[in-house]
Amino acid sequence: MYGFEAMTFNIHGGYLEAIVRGHRAGLLTAADYNNLCQCETLDDIKMHLSATEYGPYLQNEPSPLHTTTIVEKCTLKLVDEYKHMLCQATEPLSTFLEYITYGHMIDNVVLIVTGTLHERDVQELLEKCHPLGMFDSIATLAVAQNMRELYRLVLVDTPLAPYFSECITSEDLDDMNIEIMRNTLYKAYLEDFYKFCQKLGGATAEIMSDLLSFEADRRAVNITINSIGTELTRDDRRKLYSNFGLLYPYGHEELAVCEDIDQVRSAMEKYPPYQSIFSKLSYGESQMLDKAFYEEEVKRLCLAFEQQFHYGVFFSYMRLREQEIRNLMWISECVAQNQKSRVHDSVVFIF
Amino acid sequence: METMEKFIDNLSSMDLMRSEKMSLVQLIIPVESAHRAVSYLGELGLLQFRDLNAEKSPFQRTFVNQVKRCGELSRKLRFFKVQIIKAGLLSPIHPVVEPDVELEELEIQLSEHEHELIEMNSNSEKLRQTYNELLEFKIVLLKTGSFLVSGNNHAVAEERELSENVHSNRNYDEASSLIEQEMRTTDQSGLRFISGIICKSKALRFERMLFRATRGNMLFNQAPAGEEIMDPLSAEKVEKTVFVVFFSGEQARTKILKICEAFGAHCYPVPDDFSKQRQITREVSSRLSELEVTLDSGIRHQNKALTSIGYHLTQWMNMVGREKAVYDTLNMLNFDVTKKCLVGEGWCPIFAKAKIQEALHRATVDTNSQVGIIFHVMDALESPPTYFRTNHFTNAYQEIVDAYGVARYQEANPAVYTVITFPFLFAVMFGDWGHGICLLLGALILIARESRISTQACVQTYHKLGSFMQMLFGGRYVLLLMSLFSIYCGLIYNEFFSVPFHIFGGSAYKCRDATCSDAHSSGLIKFRDPYPFGVDPSWRGSRSELPFLNSLKMKMSILLGVAQMNLGIILSYFNARFFHNSLDIRYQFVPQMIFLNSLFGYLSLLIIIKWCTGSQADLYHVMIYMFLSPTDDLGDNELFWGQRPLQIVLLVLALVAVPWMLFPKPFILKKLHSEGRNYGMLMPSEFDPDAEPGPARERQEEFNFSEVFVHQMIHSIEFVLGAVSNTASYLRLWALSLAHSELSTVFYEKVLLLAWGYDNIVIRLVGLAVFAFATAFILLMMETLSAFLHALRLHWVEFQNKFYHGDGYKFKPFSFALIMDDDD
Repeated sequence: MYGFEAMTFNIHGGYLEAIVRGHRAGLLTAADYNNLCQCETLDDIKMHLSATEYGPYLQNEPSPLHTTTIVEKCTLKLVDEYKHMLCQATEPLSTFLEYITYGHMIDNVVLIVTGTLHERDVQELLEKCHPLGMFDSIATLAVAQNMRELYRLVLVDTPLAPYFSECITSEDLDDMNIEIMRNTLYKAYLEDFYKFCQKLGGATAEIMSDLLSFEADRRAVNITINSIGTELTRDDRRKLYSNFGLLYPYGHEELAVCEDIDQVRSAMEKYPPYQSIFSKLSYGESQMLDKAFYEEEVKRLCLAFEQQFHYGVFFSYMRLREQEIRNLMWISECVAQNQKSRVHDSVVFIF
Repeated sequence: METMEKFIDNLSSMDLMRSEKMSLVQLIIPVESAHRAVSYLGELGLLQFRDLNAEKSPFQRTFVNQVKRCGELSRKLRFFKVQIIKAGLLSPIHPVVEPDVELEELEIQLSEHEHELIEMNSNSEKLRQTYNELLEFKIVLLKTGSFLVSGNNHAVAEERELSENVHSNRNYDEASSLIEQEMRTTDQSGLRFISGIICKSKALRFERMLFRATRGNMLFNQAPAGEEIMDPLSAEKVEKTVFVVFFSGEQARTKILKICEAFGAHCYPVPDDFSKQRQITREVSSRLSELEVTLDSGIRHQNKALTSIGYHLTQWMNMVGREKAVYDTLNMLNFDVTKKCLVGEGWCPIFAKAKIQEALHRATVDTNSQVGIIFHVMDALESPPTYFRTNHFTNAYQEIVDAYGVARYQEANPAVYTVITFPFLFAVMFGDWGHGICLLLGALILIARESRISTQACVQTYHKLGSFMQMLFGGRYVLLLMSLFSIYCGLIYNEFFSVPFHIFGGSAYKCRDATCSDAHSSGLIKFRDPYPFGVDPSWRGSRSELPFLNSLKMKMSILLGVAQMNLGIILSYFNARFFHNSLDIRYQFVPQMIFLNSLFGYLSLLIIIKWCTGSQADLYHVMIYMFLSPTDDLGDNELFWGQRPLQIVLLVLALVAVPWMLFPKPFILKKLHSEGRNYGMLMPSEFDPDAEPGPARERQEEFNFSEVFVHQMIHSIEFVLGAVSNTASYLRLWALSLAHSELSTVFYEKVLLLAWGYDNIVIRLVGLAVFAFATAFILLMMETLSAFLHALRLHWVEFQNKFYHGDGYKFKPFSFALIMDDDD
């Protein structure tokens, strides 16, 4: 019932929305980041984090800390929160929450497949997987030799199965194939998620379509930039773009034929929301693009909290926490490697 | 008037009425004695330090390294605790006998212990791993043996086959013979098998994966392992399943092995030959028993180490917690310019100054410091914290008041009156001496167990109480007084589980004749003096019972309410007097008193006169027409001579009181302010901040007349409307009391008496049980709760809004005892 979801939303979603807003209040603020950036050692970081919501997760770690431990524990907190919310959720929120993890699932599948291709140990790979994207038979991925087997053996049981319809080939797996598979899967996933949100209707559809469109557009730009100079044909590149978003369909036509970063830039500058992102970059530069995109994303995610009675807050919260963990990882790495001058390069302040 | 003021001035001061006088003090401590001084102060627990480094982040402070070390130590201690709990050693808490060890020593000791423990753990983990492997191997050998040997004499009953040519409806005999067939072909066509063991939870998915990977060209057999195997990481017992996969071809083999690896299944080779199998089984068994001995001795050794740690654990944890608290406090202090002294500021109650000085002196002596610690009082601009010295008994009442808001510094404390009025108002709503006795028993049990529950030895059980019981325990003295008062009120209402008793002699009423046939139609007649205490038992069950009790309780509620509200207003007088605020007395207290008493005080007077004279006057009528047509003749409703002129006077007084409390105060404040500003230019440091901390600060700020006026208007309107609505609100005393007595009557008559009417023991028992449950859960628990909440509301809203600001903040001294309580 469009426009009337506020009347009934709280019956099932009110409790969890309150929970997620409470969690959001625990996100690190700019003041926290400023303090963290002044840290001299990883112990200082631990000490500072012990005053935040991460405290209980880090307090039992013995003193010579590693960056990985910090990141692992912070992720564990996110996973715990996610699991708690998932347990409490009813339909359709539980499906919505599950959708959030599919992206990690795709990344994990790709990670394992690439890893086995390069003959890495499966256990070692499993430790590197994002815990949100774990599924039961993930370790068995190593058995598969080609896409068809991958699908038939393992993925048919996972929620990713429907996304595979476009990329089942009997070709042997190689790096290029896998990368294409990742992007095809991601495309199918985003489109499915988008459709699902539209079906939910109301404020959820409105807010999620904005967030997912941004995600799709960002992926389109990244695919374009990363495929410049590779053997990927224009048509193939065009196929990897998601069929929605601000750039769809005319922007995609332009991106598909881009040959260098400046062409991408001129294509993107026609869209006012992206103009501001590209105007921050000097010509020919693509390193800072990621950060610019992240900053824009964080801005949009924060805006989702301005409205009530919709599921976008869950998506936003998970994304914001992930961004926070990325920030912590970067800060910890900089501190550990004595590169404090570069701390601000990649940290995206959330508040 | 003057004698009265003198009398008030000469009243001895009550401890709990005003919060302790506080002063802001500065400490200048030489660095060498700082630690000792702060820890002595922590033991004393009467000084609240102010954070002088609030702008610094935690790791920029002076003693950050020590804090980190303490954090590391407490991490180690937590590790020991987890280990001890894991090993199932519940060490009794020993009294601390040894002197405190130094922190450095403790650090060394602990790291030694930790090192030892970690080593032991890794050793035993390795052993456990080997042991598990052998155990699994043994189980696999035993179980697969039965698969492989499966012959005529050995039917595997629990087996399930997953093979295309076996349907589930075939019976077991056929199935096993089929395996035999397969077995025979096995030998001929070189079918091979892999045997191993896997977690039971994964077995089904494992089987499915194998089926898919080999496209069904395999045979999967499984059997439960029978024994639970300990997972070395989580130390939990896991159920496992033994499996055997038959397949053919090399490619399938690598695939299956990969899948086994992915699922964490352990594969063990089992020889085909039966005798070889036996031999291996024997070997494995003997090695297993050897390992078991080693494992056992390892565990014994480990337990011994853990017990010795557990002996000191509590003491160490206390010590580390204290050290951390000391360093956290030291971090709040500033270095002075010379870097040789630490400067601290804090609040302390004035009575504690001597003790603090003594503790500081002791610290100086104990550290052999050349320089003493300087301790002096400073002037404070901000309002000091509020500190009440409470005891076991008053603490719960103070908590009730604090839950609404902590008293402003030195403000009159409603808790003094709450101690009696709260249980009393509760009892008015909960008047039944049967129920009261039940509550009393509960309260007495809690109080009898007080010493046991609150001593250190039973901290554990105290925490096991759960939040609800903990709340009850905290409020045990409230419960005690509540139950005593409800027995008292119950005796007045003459209700014992809603049944009246002739405790204080016989009833004053009797029937008109011996048959008592018209008792319900034309009533009883009074034949002697009234029943001496409380309600006459004869009212019970009569037709006019409800009108009589309602009128009694309603009038009583109004009397109680007006009395309590008057007390509130009088307390506002004492507050104004205390803070030397004559403006509030003249333009707030006096008109408020007049307004309330000319309307509702008069009503109370009428009620009392009506009770004393037994008049039939209609008080509703009197009150309503006092406003509508004050000049009319009262007629039958006249209670005393001169009532009409009195009413007119009172009405005029009430009408005058409203503008009186509304207008003068803001205008006078404005005038004072403009004068004060003139003075202020001449003498900027004129006012004394200690006398009136709150208003003094406000006066420094810009005076905004409209704001003050609106504020005053809101207050006046609130008071005028509140006088009516608050009085009405006190009628809840009547309403809840009515509800309680009706409810208990229903349970008594409709459940207990009804069941007792049958001559059947079963029905009687059921009726008794229902009555008991209803009494316990509905009347004793829910009704108690609701009466409690209503009493709470009457105190917080109707009583306290007359005088209580409640915008202070609590005194939180640096005290080891409090810190330890928090940790527990």
